[in-house]
Parts: sequence; C-alpha cells; structure tokens
Amino acid sequence: MEKHVITLDKLPIGKTGRVAALLSKGLFRRRLLDLGFVPGTPITAYFTSFTGDPTAYRIRGTVIALRKEDASKILVIPE
Amino acid sequence: MDFLLEDSFPRPLVALAGNPNTGKSTIFNALTGMKQHTGNWPGKTVSLARGTFYHKNVRFNIVDLPGTYSLLANSLEEQVARNFILFNRPDVMLVVTDATCLERNLNLVLQIMEITDRIIVCVNLIDEATKKGIYVDSDVLSEELGVPVVATAARRGIGLYELKEMILKVYSGEIKPSPRKVNYGEELEKAIGELVPRLEKTFSDGINPRWLALNIISGDYSIEDIKKLIKVRDKNRGGNAYGYSYFSTVPRNRELR
Repeated sequence: MEKHVITLDKLPIGKTGRVAALLSKGLFRRRLLDLGFVPGTPITAYFTSFTGDPTAYRIRGTVIALRKEDASKILVIPE
Repeated sequence: MDFLLEDSFPRPLVALAGNPNTGKSTIFNALTGMKQHTGNWPGKTVSLARGTFYHKNVRFNIVDLPGTYSLLANSLEEQVARNFILFNRPDVMLVVTDATCLERNLNLVLQIMEITDRIIVCVNLIDEATKKGIYVDSDVLSEELGVPVVATAARRGIGLYELKEMILKVYSGEIKPSPRKVNYGEELEKAIGELVPRLEKTFSDGINPRWLALNIISGDYSIEDIKKLIKVRDKNRGGNAYGYSYFSTVPRNRELR
C-alpha cells in the first residue's frame, strides 16, 4: 500500500517520517545529503521556534534546524 | 600566521579532521598535552590549533582542523579544512568520528578518502557508545574502508597509545592504507578515466587528480577555480599573508577570528 508523501514542513511536531526524496538541486542538495538527509533516513520534527519558522528536526542523532522554505523541498513519508 | 604556507610547515605533519562535536580538540589536547579550548559551538576551531607530540623519538606536528560535515567548501570551516588537506597534504590524516552516530560521520571519511591515502579513522567516544548499547567492530570497519581504524575514548585516555602507534606506522609506511574507492558507475568512471590523465598534466602539484575530476564533473569547481586557488597560494608563498584568507575565497568583510 502506498502511503501518502508530504513535504517535511508539513510533518507535525513530534511525528516521525522517512525521507523519500529531495526536490532541491545542485549544491543545496549536496549540503542536505552531507547533513544526512538521505532517502530512507528516519526524521523527527522536534520543536519549532515561537514564530513557527525555522523548525528543528532530529536526524541521525543530531538536531538540525531548517527554514520552512528549505523543508518544503524535502519529501517524507510519515510513519 | 604564515603557517599555512606549504613549505614552511614542519613535518611530519598530522592533521585532525572530523564532524563537529566528535572530540577532535579533546584528542588534540590528549596527544599534545595542551589545553586548547574545547567547546560546543560552531566555528570553535576556525583558527587552526597547532601542537607537537613525541612518539618513539619522532616529533609529530599536529594541526586541529575545524569540524565539518563535508568538504564542499560551503562555509569558511569547510574551505579551511578542504584546502588544508588538498594543499598541505598531511603525512597522516586522522579523521575523528563519533561512535554514537558513526553513519553520519562516514560521509566525511569517504570524502577525505577520495583526496588522500594516508588516512586513519579514529572512532572516538566509544565509552558514550557503550552506554547507549552501541558496539563498533573496528576490525570489520577497517576492512570495509581499507584504512586503519582505532577506537578511542579520548576523555578517559583510552586508545591513545594505540592511536600514536598507528600514526607512527602509517607515517613510516609500515602500514599502507588503501582506501576503498567509491565506484561511481560505468558512465562516470569512464569520464573520470578520460579526465584524470589531462588533469595530471595540468596540475602536477600533487593535487589528487581523481578528486579534481569528480569535482569538475559534479560542477562544484571549474578548472579555473582550482587554478585561481593555486595561483593565490603560490603568490602568497613566502609572503606575509594574513591567516588563511588567501586560502579561502571569503569576502573581505567577513570577520575572521
């Protein structure tokens, strides 16, 4: 059964998903890959700043904050 | 700070690289007996710390590179680390990894393995990993990577003697690491194969031609960029350049500490 895919910025706080694909290209894509955003990796929305942007995500044992704009370029499958 | 000039660097030279927060500075301090500041914030080690240690009557010079996740030169730290490895060509490259999240650390290990052969992987924080129930089999890891792996818990002084032994063995050539090369598939490998001999001719400076080829293919650098870097380096060689600003293409207005 195919689970629905959402962009990372839509992942609710406290929920976990798996990285499905990266929509960005070039250097920023490489940057995300370097930081561990590799397809198949579990990622948890940790908490969000009081303005709602950026949001901190837990991935591979580290917390990384992403702007909404950047998070919207990452596809995840919620678990 | 003219120490980045390749020729003036005392040898044998050991360089420490690794992700942020893997304990590079702790290892540096443990080896040198120095009290370099350790701390947990980005850009902590942007000024390269230098020190020396003796092992079996060999005086090693050791440089603590800034912590990076990658060598793409997205940031000042990455530029400093990458340029140092490329241009200063350390005699022994020590990559410090965090045993508690080894997977994310191996990205940098692979990138450095593409630049240099003389590499030792140090799996640090094994005490923390044990607490979390993680056991790293350094023999298997070493076999998989083709480079020596030493497990340490630098804060407690565990594994440091073994680390020094390994540094000496790699330096003396007793142990020859043969990093496993990533195979990028038929098409890319063919392109790399075509580029490498030409790059060897253009850059006889000893910059790893395979690395150059990969970067040119991926579009990260053009030959012009590399030429510019080499030119800047050569111009400053012997001059009184300030810091590593000439090594990195950082805008002037950026504050260097």
